[in-house]
Amino acid sequence: MRIPVSWLREYVDVPADAGLVERTLTQLGIEVEEVVDLASTVEGPLRVGRVAAIEELTQFKKPIRYCTVELGEEQPRGIICGARNFAEGDLVAVALPGTVLPGGFAIASRRTYGHVSDGMICSARELGVSDDHAGILVLPPGSAEPGADAKPLVGLDEIVLDLEITPDRGYCMSLRGLARELSHALGLPFRDPASGPAPAGPPAPQASPAGGATPEPPYPVSVRDQAGCDRFAARLVTGIDPKAATPAWLSRRLAVAGIRSIGLAVDITNYLMLELGQPMHAFDPHRLTGALVVRRALPGERLTTLDGVDRALDPEDMVICDAGQKSPVDAAEGLPVSLAAVMGGENSEMLPDSVDVLLEAAHWDAAMISRTARRHRLWSEAAKRWERGVDPELALVALERAVALLREYGGGVADPRVLDIDAVLPPRPVTLPVDLPSTVAGVAYPEARVRELLERIGAKVEGGGDSLVVTPPSWRPDLLQPADLVEEVVRLDGYERVPSELPVAPAGNGLTATQRRRRTVGRALAEAGYVEVLSYPFIGPAALDALGLPADDPRRTALRLANPISDTEPLLRTTLLPPLLATLKRNLGRGLRDLALYELGLVFHPSRVRTAPPAMGVAGRPSDEELAVAEAVVPRQPWHVAAVLAGEVEPAGWWGAGRAASWADAVQAARIVLDAAGVPATVRAASRAPWHPGRCAEIVVAGTGGTEVIAGYAGELHPAVCAALELPPRTAALELELDALPLAGVTPAPVFSTYPPALIDVALVVSAGTPAEQVREALVAGAGPLLETVRLFDVYTSEALGEGRKSLAYKLTFRAGDRTLTVEEAVAARDAAVRVAADRLGATLRGA
Amino acid sequence: MSNRTDQYDPKQVALLDQASLDDAVAAAEKDFAGAADLDALRVLKPAHLGDRAPVSLARREIGALPPAAKSDAGKRVNQARTVIQAAFDARAAQLTAQREQRVLAQEAVDVTLPWDRHPRGARHPLTTLMERIGEHFVGMGYEVAEGPEVELEWYNFDALNIPPENPVRGLMDTFFVDVPGLVLRTHTSPVQVRSMLTRPLPIYIVVPGRTYRTDELDATHTPVFHQVEGLVVDKGISMAHLRGTLDHFARAMFGPAARTRWRPHYFPFTEPSAEFDVWFEQHRDGPRWVEWGGCGMVNPRVLRACGIDPDEYSGFAFGMGIERTLMFRHGISDMHDLVEGDARFTRAFGMEL
Repeated sequence: MRIPVSWLREYVDVPADAGLVERTLTQLGIEVEEVVDLASTVEGPLRVGRVAAIEELTQFKKPIRYCTVELGEEQPRGIICGARNFAEGDLVAVALPGTVLPGGFAIASRRTYGHVSDGMICSARELGVSDDHAGILVLPPGSAEPGADAKPLVGLDEIVLDLEITPDRGYCMSLRGLARELSHALGLPFRDPASGPAPAGPPAPQASPAGGATPEPPYPVSVRDQAGCDRFAARLVTGIDPKAATPAWLSRRLAVAGIRSIGLAVDITNYLMLELGQPMHAFDPHRLTGALVVRRALPGERLTTLDGVDRALDPEDMVICDAGQKSPVDAAEGLPVSLAAVMGGENSEMLPDSVDVLLEAAHWDAAMISRTARRHRLWSEAAKRWERGVDPELALVALERAVALLREYGGGVADPRVLDIDAVLPPRPVTLPVDLPSTVAGVAYPEARVRELLERIGAKVEGGGDSLVVTPPSWRPDLLQPADLVEEVVRLDGYERVPSELPVAPAGNGLTATQRRRRTVGRALAEAGYVEVLSYPFIGPAALDALGLPADDPRRTALRLANPISDTEPLLRTTLLPPLLATLKRNLGRGLRDLALYELGLVFHPSRVRTAPPAMGVAGRPSDEELAVAEAVVPRQPWHVAAVLAGEVEPAGWWGAGRAASWADAVQAARIVLDAAGVPATVRAASRAPWHPGRCAEIVVAGTGGTEVIAGYAGELHPAVCAALELPPRTAALELELDALPLAGVTPAPVFSTYPPALIDVALVVSAGTPAEQVREALVAGAGPLLETVRLFDVYTSEALGEGRKSLAYKLTFRAGDRTLTVEEAVAARDAAVRVAADRLGATLRGA
Repeated sequence: MSNRTDQYDPKQVALLDQASLDDAVAAAEKDFAGAADLDALRVLKPAHLGDRAPVSLARREIGALPPAAKSDAGKRVNQARTVIQAAFDARAAQLTAQREQRVLAQEAVDVTLPWDRHPRGARHPLTTLMERIGEHFVGMGYEVAEGPEVELEWYNFDALNIPPENPVRGLMDTFFVDVPGLVLRTHTSPVQVRSMLTRPLPIYIVVPGRTYRTDELDATHTPVFHQVEGLVVDKGISMAHLRGTLDHFARAMFGPAARTRWRPHYFPFTEPSAEFDVWFEQHRDGPRWVEWGGCGMVNPRVLRACGIDPDEYSGFAFGMGIERTLMFRHGISDMHDLVEGDARFTRAFGMEL
C-alpha cells in the first residue's frame, strides 16, 4: 500500500524526519518496504505544457503524433509522442531536454520520425508516480499555467511510504488506521476522518448525518442473507455533471496509491476506501430496472466483472442483483449486477455520461469474501480489505463523505433519503486476566498500564481486580481472545522491553538412530568423493520414459501437482535418479567432466487411499480414529540415497593414467552406505531399469523374520538410458531406500588372535559366469574357524584356461586363537576350503 | 705359526716391541682414514684386526715372554688392538652415516607434487547448516523432529489457526496435490502440530526440513527451500524465554556480538508474533541488522487443537529460512547457486561451514 505522507498529516502531525516515521511504523508492526522521496526521483526541468496543436503522422507502423506544446517560452516546442489519450488544449507534464527521469533515463533533443523532438510528454509511470502507463498524464484543466514547475502537480513533491500490512490489521489498510497507529506511537493527537471534518484540498463539506436511516429508502433494497451481509447502506446523488473532472489533489493521491482515475464518482469511492477503509460501490441507477437484492449466487449463474472476465459463480459467492432483470438460471430471481464486495459487474457500472449515482456502502462477512476472492483469484483492493476486516460502523460516514464530495465536485443534488439495513452485532467483550500480559511477556505491566494501552487503541476497559473486561473497538475484529489483547499491550509498550532469559530444557535423548544414520551415510559418501546435491523433487513422465521403466513399474505411480511450476514436470519423484541425473548433466554442460554426486532425500509413493481425509475441527484434539483415518491418506515418503558417476573417479596425473568411473564404483558406493549404516548386505546380479542388464547389482539386506529385502540397485546405466538422457556412456548409478535398511544393533567387539598367521594363496578356476561372491562364500564355509580373512586379489582369463573359464586368486589368512598353526594345519584348512568350492561350484585348483 | 713349546727367542718377540705396536696402530689409523667407503674399509680390516694382523701376531708372541713380562706385554697389545678397533669402528660409523646421508639425498622428492588421486567430496552447505543448527539445540536438550513433506492440509493450515478463509492461505502460494486434503507443506510448522499430538509434555524440539511454495526460481526465491523452526511448550514459558533462546542461537551462529531485534508481525499460529533481525558483525557489507526469521508465543488456539490446555501450558515458536541464513552468513548473492547443484559451489564448503 502506497500512501503520501502529506495525506497522513491531515490526521496526525507526522514529523518531518522520514527515518523516524519509518522506525515508528516498523515498531508498530507495519512493514515499510520503501520510503520514496518523489522530489528527488526526477531531476531537471519538468514543466507544465499546453498542447497547442497535434499533427497526426500516419506513415509509420504505429500512429505517431507531432505536438506543438506551449511551455511559457517565446516559441512553442515540437514534441513527438506515441500516446493518444490527450487532445489539443490539454495540460501535460513535459520533461525538457536535460531532465533525468527515474531509472536514469536522460531526455535530450533528438531527431525522430522526421521531426526534432524537443522534450518528452510523460506518463505517470515514466515519472515514477504510479504504475499507470495507460497513457500520458493529463493535468486537470486550469491547474497551472504553461511553463510552471510540473513536479507538485504530478505529485513529485511527495514523500511516499510503501507499506506492507499484515493480514490481521485490516484497519491499517486506510489512512485512518495508519494515522491512528502513528498517533499512539508518537503520542500525538489523532484527527479521525470518520468523525472530523473533511480532508484538505476541498473546503469542508457538511457534517455527517446524525439521523441514520430514513423511513423511505433512496432505492429499494432487500438483503436475503444477513450472515454474509450484516449491513447494507445506500445514498443517492442525482444530477451530477458527467463532464466534471476529478480534482487534481484527489487523482494524484489515487495515482500514488496505484489506482487509476476513472471518473469522479468511482474516484471518490476509491478515495474514501483509502481514507477510511470502507470499500464502496457506485451504481448507475438508470442501468437498474428493479430493486436491488443481496443474495447468494445460484448454481450456474455467471457475471462479467469490471475487469472484463466472465466468471462462473459459486453458490457461496454473494451477489447484488437487479430484480428487474431475470437471472438466466432462475426466472424468478434477479440478474446479478455485482460480485458483492469484490468487484462490480460490467452491466451496472458507471458510464461516462451517467448523471445519477447510487452509492452503496455495506459490511460483508470476511471469511466469505476471502473464499470468494480466492475462488475467483480476484484480489481487488476491496476484497483485500474485506477479508482482513472492515469497521462495520463506517457505512453511513463513508456515504456522507461521498455525497459531500460528489456535490462539491460534481455539482450533484443529495437525495435526503438514507438506506441502512443494519444487523451488525456489537463487538464481543474479552475477559483478560490482569496479569496475563506480564506472564506472557516476562515484563511487569501494572494494571494501569494495561488499561491505558488498551484504551489507547480504542477499546473499552471495564472491571478490575483480577481481570479486565475489554470491549474492542469496531475496527478491530481481530481482537477475539486474551492473547490478542496481550499482543496489543506488549506491542504498544514496546517489544524491546522484553528481557532475554534462557529456559532450561529437560534432558533430551539426542538424535534418533535414523537421524544419526542419515548423517553418517552422508558424511561417508562425501569422504568417499561424492558431492551432495539437493534437487527439486519435480519430474515429468518423459523422465520416467527416458529411464526405460516398464509400463507397470511402480515408480510410474506418482503424485501429481495440481499447480506445478512447469507443466512438463507435474509429478513428485518416486526415484531420486531423474533430478540427480539432470544435475549431473547440468554440471557436464558447464564443462565439468569427472563427477560423483549423491543425494539424500524423500521420494513420494501415493497412498491407495485417495479419498478426502475427515474434516477435523480445531476446537480440541481430534480423536485417534480421525487422526488415523487422515494419516492413511498421507503418501509413504521414505528416505532414499542415490549416487551417480561419470568421467574419471580417479584422475590422471603425473603418477600415471586415471581410472574411469564404472559400475564397480556404484556398487562400492552401496557398500559404503551399508557400512556406514552398519548393516551387512549381499550383492547379487539383477536386472532392473534403468541399469545395464549385465551390469546391475541388487543390494539385499535382512528383513524381519528371516526374510530378504532388496534395498536398492547399483551398476552401470543402460546404454539406451545414457543415450536418451544424453549422458556419457557408462554413467553409473546407485539408488537405495535408506528406510528399508534395518537399524544396526550394538556392534559386538571382535575376537582376534595374537598368534602368528599362516598365509596361503589359492587360485581357483571356475566357469566365467560363477559370481565371485559365491566362490568366496564356499571358501569361507570350507575353511572353517581357522580362516581369518579371505581376499580376492586377481581375476584372470586366458586361452590356456579355456573358453568360458576364469581364474580367481585368493589370499587366505589362517590363524588359531590358542596356538601357532602348523603348516600342515593351514594346508588342511586350505584343502577343505577348496573342496567345498569344488563341490559347490566345480572349482579346480589352477595348475592342478 | 708359533708353538707354545717354542723357546723364548728375542727375535720372535720383536712384534711386542712398543715401537712396533705404535707403528701397527699408526698404520691402521692411516689405512682406515684412507678408506673411501665401507667396502674398502671392510677389505682393510683383516690386515689390521685379522688373524695375521700385527697386533694379533704380537699377542701370540706373549707366550714366548718370561712370566714377569707377560702381563705388561698383554696390556700393551690389548691397548693397541683397542685403539685400532676404535679407529675402525669410528671410521665405519662415519662411512655408514655418509652412505645413509647419500641415500637420503638421492631419495629426495618434490614434495609439492599434487597427489589428488582420490578427490574428496563435499556435503551441501544447506545440509551442513541444518545439522549444525540441530546440534546447537540438541546440546541444549532439544530433540530434532521431522515430518512428511506431502502433508495434510489440516496439519499445514487448520491446526495452525489458518482456516480456509484466512488471507494467509492466499499468501502462502501453496502447491496442491491431486489428492484432496494434501499439499506440499508450505512451512515446517505442521511438524509442530504432529509433535504436540504425539510427544509427551514438555516439548523442546527443533525442526529442520524442506518446504515448498509456488515461487519461480530467481536470485532470491526458490519454490523448494528449507526452514528450521523451534518449538517449546512448557509451564511458564514467556516471551523472555523466546528472546533468550534466540539471542543464544544468534551468538552461536553469528559470533559473540550477535543479538536479535524484534518487530511486531502477524502469524496465525503465534500471538503475540514478531519478525526478528540479527546483528551480524561479519556481514560482507559491514556490520548490520539482517532480517532473519519469525517468532512468537504459540497461539492458544493451536494448543487447543492439539489437545493442550493453554491455561496450564504456554509455548514459543520461531523459524527461519536456511537458504536466507546461508546467503547472508556466507555472502551468497544468487539463489541459483544453492539449487543448481554445481559441484564447484558445493565443494567449496567441504564438510563444515
